[in-house]
Parts: sequence; C-alpha cells; structure tokens
Amino acid sequence: MRNIWIVARKDLRGYFTSPIAYLVMAIFSAIMGYMFFSLLNLYVLQSMQFEQLRYGKGPSFNDSLIRPIFGNMNVVLLFIVPFITMRLFAEEKKNNTIELLFTAPIKMSQIVLGKYLSALLFVLVLLLLTIPYPIALSVAANPDWGVIAMCYLGTILMIGTYIAVGVLCSSITENQIVAGALTFGTILFFWIIKWASYNASPFWSDLLSYLSIVDHFEDFSRGIFNTRDIVFFASSIGLWLFLTYKTLESYSWRS
Amino acid sequence: MIEVQALSKFYGTRKAVDELSFNVEKGEVLGFLGPNGAGKSTTMKILTCFMPATSGTAKVAGYDVFEQPLEVKKRVGYLPETPPVYKDMVVLDYLIYAANLHGLKKAAAKNAALEAIEKCGLGGVKGRLIGNLSKGYRQRVGLAQAIVHRPEVLILDEPTVGLDPKQIIEIRGLIKSLAGDHTVILSTHILPEVQATCSRVLIINQGRIVAIDSLDAISARLRKGNVLSLVVERGTSDLVGKIQSLPGVASVSNPERADGGHRIIVTADESSDIRSAVAKIAFSSDAGLLELKRESMSLEDVFVKLTTVEHSI
Ligand SMILES: Nc1ncnc2c1ncn2[C@@H]1O[C@H](COP(=O)(O)OP(=O)(O)OP(=O)(O)O)[C@@H](O)[C@H]1O
Ligand SMILES: [Mg+2]
Repeated sequence: MRNIWIVARKDLRGYFTSPIAYLVMAIFSAIMGYMFFSLLNLYVLQSMQFEQLRYGKGPSFNDSLIRPIFGNMNVVLLFIVPFITMRLFAEEKKNNTIELLFTAPIKMSQIVLGKYLSALLFVLVLLLLTIPYPIALSVAANPDWGVIAMCYLGTILMIGTYIAVGVLCSSITENQIVAGALTFGTILFFWIIKWASYNASPFWSDLLSYLSIVDHFEDFSRGIFNTRDIVFFASSIGLWLFLTYKTLESYSWRS
Repeated sequence: MIEVQALSKFYGTRKAVDELSFNVEKGEVLGFLGPNGAGKSTTMKILTCFMPATSGTAKVAGYDVFEQPLEVKKRVGYLPETPPVYKDMVVLDYLIYAANLHGLKKAAAKNAALEAIEKCGLGGVKGRLIGNLSKGYRQRVGLAQAIVHRPEVLILDEPTVGLDPKQIIEIRGLIKSLAGDHTVILSTHILPEVQATCSRVLIINQGRIVAIDSLDAISARLRKGNVLSLVVERGTSDLVGKIQSLPGVASVSNPERADGGHRIIVTADESSDIRSAVAKIAFSSDAGLLELKRESMSLEDVFVKLTTVEHSI
C-alpha cells in the first residue's frame, strides 16, 4: 500500500508542478461552467413555457438538467483523460527513469496501481471543481441528492475505465502523443461500439451493447444502483490494468 | 557478494552476453572494461533485475536475481548509463523520492537524501530543478540516487561520463571511499579510471570474458618475456656484446640516442630476471648507467591487446 502511494504521490505532484494541470483545470471549469449555465437557462425557459401553457408534462429536473450535465461532462472528460494519462509510462520510458522505478524494491503491480491512482486522483480533483454546481442548485431548488451521488459514482467508474485504458496505452509506447491518440481512439471505439449492434445477430448485438461503456452509465444517471454495471466497470478496469502489467513485464523482458 | 554463472542474454537472435561467469567478493571494486557494445550495460541490467537473462544464474548478496528480485533490489544501488532523473523535480525532492522507493520513511529519507547530497557535492544545487542542471551535475544526482539508501552493492554504469576532470577525481575518490563497506562494480571506457579505483578488472569483448584479474596480474600475463630498457652514457658495441652473452637474453637492440644518452632494449626469457646482471655489466664496463627499468604494458596496451581478436587469451 505504502509503495503504491509513494508512486502515486510523486506523479500527482508532477501534475501540479507542470502547467498542464492548471490548463486542464481551467479549460474543464470553463466548459463545465458554460454547460451548466446553458442547460440551466434552457431548463428555466422550458419551465416557464410549461407554466404558461399548462399542457403535458413539465420538464423534470433530473431529465433535463442533471443527466445532460453529467452526460456532457463525460464527453468532455473523454477528451481530457488522454492528456492526463499519456505521460504516465511513456515519459518514464523516454527519459529512462523507468530504470529507477523497475530497479527499486517495489512490485510491478504496485507501480501500475500507483500510476493509475495518481491519474484517478487528479480526475477526482477535477470532479471536485464541479461540486459547487449542485450546491448552487440546492439553494434555489430541491435536487435529488441520491441521483447526483449516483451520477458522480457512475462518472468515477466510467472515467476510471478511461484512465485504465490510458495507462495501458502509455505503457506500450515511449511517445506521449502516440499514447494520447491511442487512448482517445480506444475510448471512442468503446463509446460508439454499440452502433455496430443495430443490425447484428442477437448474440453480437448483446455482446456489443454489453461492451458499450456509455450504456453502463444509463442506470447511474437515473439514480439506480445496478451491480451489473459495477461489475462491468470494475472488471474492465481490472482487465486494462492487468494488460498494462503484462506489457510492462514483457517490456523489461525485451529491452 | 556477487556470483555470476554462465550468464547469457540474447536480444532476439543477437547475443549480447555470452556465458559470463565471475565472482565479486565483499568490499571489492571491480572494473568492468570493454569496447562499445561489449555487453557491459546488459550485464549490469541483469544484475540489477531490470531485465532477466536468457540463461544462466546470477546471485547478488546471496539472492538469485530471478527468483528473489525484491531482495536483490533492496541491496543494490544502480546508476544506469543515462541518469534516471526527473527533469521537473528538485534535487532534494528527487533524492527523497528515491529513498522512499527504497523503503526509507519521512525523516530517515530526508536524512539519507541530505547525506547523499553531501557525499556527491550537490549542496549548492539541492534546491534547483534537475532539468536546469548541467550534464555533470545530473550525473552526480544519478550517483547520489544510487547511494541514497546505503546499499551493500553498487552497480555503476560509466559513473564519470560527462564530468570535468576535477569532478572525475572527486567521484573516483568517492567510489574508493565507498569500497570496503560496499561492493562496487563499475563500467568504464576510461582506462586510468580502472587503475585509479579498482582492485580487480574484468575485461569483456563481444559478450565474453577476455580476462579477469588484478591489473598487475593481467599485464604480467600479457608481458611476452622480460623487456628491459637501459639508458647509458656510452653505448659501445662491447657493452652490447657482453649483455648478449648473458644467459637467458634473447635479443639486444642497437643503442639509440635518447634521454641524454643511449637507449638499449634488452629482451630476455620470461623466467630469468637479468636486471642485476645487466646492471653489473654496465657498471664494470664503465658505460655510465643512467636508467634501468622493466618495461610494463600500459593499460591501453593491455586493453587493445585483449580486445583485439587475434590476441585474445
Ligand atoms: N534493446 C536492445 N535491443 C537489441 N540489441 C541491444 C539492445 N541493447 C543492447 N543491444 C546490443 O547488445 C550488445 C551489448 O550492448 P551493451 O549496451 O550491453 O554494450 P556496452 O558494453 O554497455 O556498450 P557501451 O560501452 O557502448 O555502453 C550490443 O551489440 C547492442 O547492440
Ligand atoms: Mg553501456
């Protein structure tokens, strides 16, 4: 445990000593702020229209505000995660600092988990930056904190999966740009994988939609705790990290 | 302390290290000498558990590098060919991190880092970003990293590369001071470095051991016969004839003007020491003896001789 933390802490500090962290935080906050107020505006507009017409169903707080916000945030994070994970192993390989890490008395699994944890903690910092929005909402309205909590949990698990993909991509190359592009491509692939399922045979259709990352976020965004989704995210994180472990092991075999 | 048995390493089909076997005793400084691409770095990477060997075994401090890498890693300090430093870290933080990686905690890690800074002469730059340091200072930081956890065994891959002459002398002094408590293997191309720091030298070429022994013993093994260099004031043919007739003398060169007199090169059999006999003759024939010495091979000669294929022994 201690060793994992030593590795994670170093990289977490590394984020905050480089301008990238602040740039990412600034861009993320700006986009999220813009989205929040646009969606809020839209919601207020819709509510007012409903007040006037008194026809049909009024916009639901969860459906027209909370879920779109989290949905959009997940898209933004899809773009941001590659920037966060690309350097993790690629830079160590490039600068040969990997020799320090691999000849220190810590296990390969601890190195992988430490790297993973550092990126995850950085994303948690980003998510913390969004906490003011639900708080602001609760002043004026009465948001469903259960749904919000589930949305955060789902986001963390989903981004956790992205990061695991990013850690793997960073471990197979010493070029950060390649690592970042590969991460982005892979995540995007699993994001749109469902498209192929629309006219596939039932078996493939089921499989492809099971693999679709966004589908597993659906229930979270409705505030439903579904163990099936938890299992999906946990096992895919585990799988990606295991592949990273194997890649690094074979790296030292080959080099 | 270090036992290597029939160690081989292939990169694909290319053989980098070929059936290497040697031992290093506790407290020894072993110089690892060889031309470019000889397999020095490869051997060191295997000994530090950075990568596994293709075949053969290696034990460091009694632990097998393949079976118990963690135990080995705890006891080894390693300076790779390129110092493994993070450019965006401050020297002190970096060394604390290196100490942490080796299991030292808070205050202990900081003390160890400060001690390493002291030893490697980094006091003046400890608060600076490593990325802003000169190459020589980065090399020192790498060295400090290798000794920060006070390892029993030090494996240093070309530790003085990129240092200025004054620093080289300092670092050699440091390595010498580490000998005794630590067991050291260091690789280098710089021959005087081996003479200055090492108690034994291992010369490899194309992955194979060419020679392993003390420096003197290696030069002695290579000395083909005894070669004496004699400088006299008056190099007469009479003198040459007298030396020629000594038992055991193979050949005598004609006198040449040199060093304010005449130089005569005498070659004798390996077994016979003719120094005093030659001196006696020079004295009795009143040649005016200025100098008499046994020619020994310089390390450069040894190195070239051993690593050139025709002369390998
Ligand atoms: N990653 C690698 N892949 C393939 N071959 C390699 C690799 N690393 C080293 N080699 C080869 O293995 C041989 C030994 O290399 P090594 O780096 O051990 O030599 P060295 O003695 O350290 O040389 P130098 O004095 O130049 O540092 C060389 O022929 C080299 O080309
Ligand atoms: Mg080398």
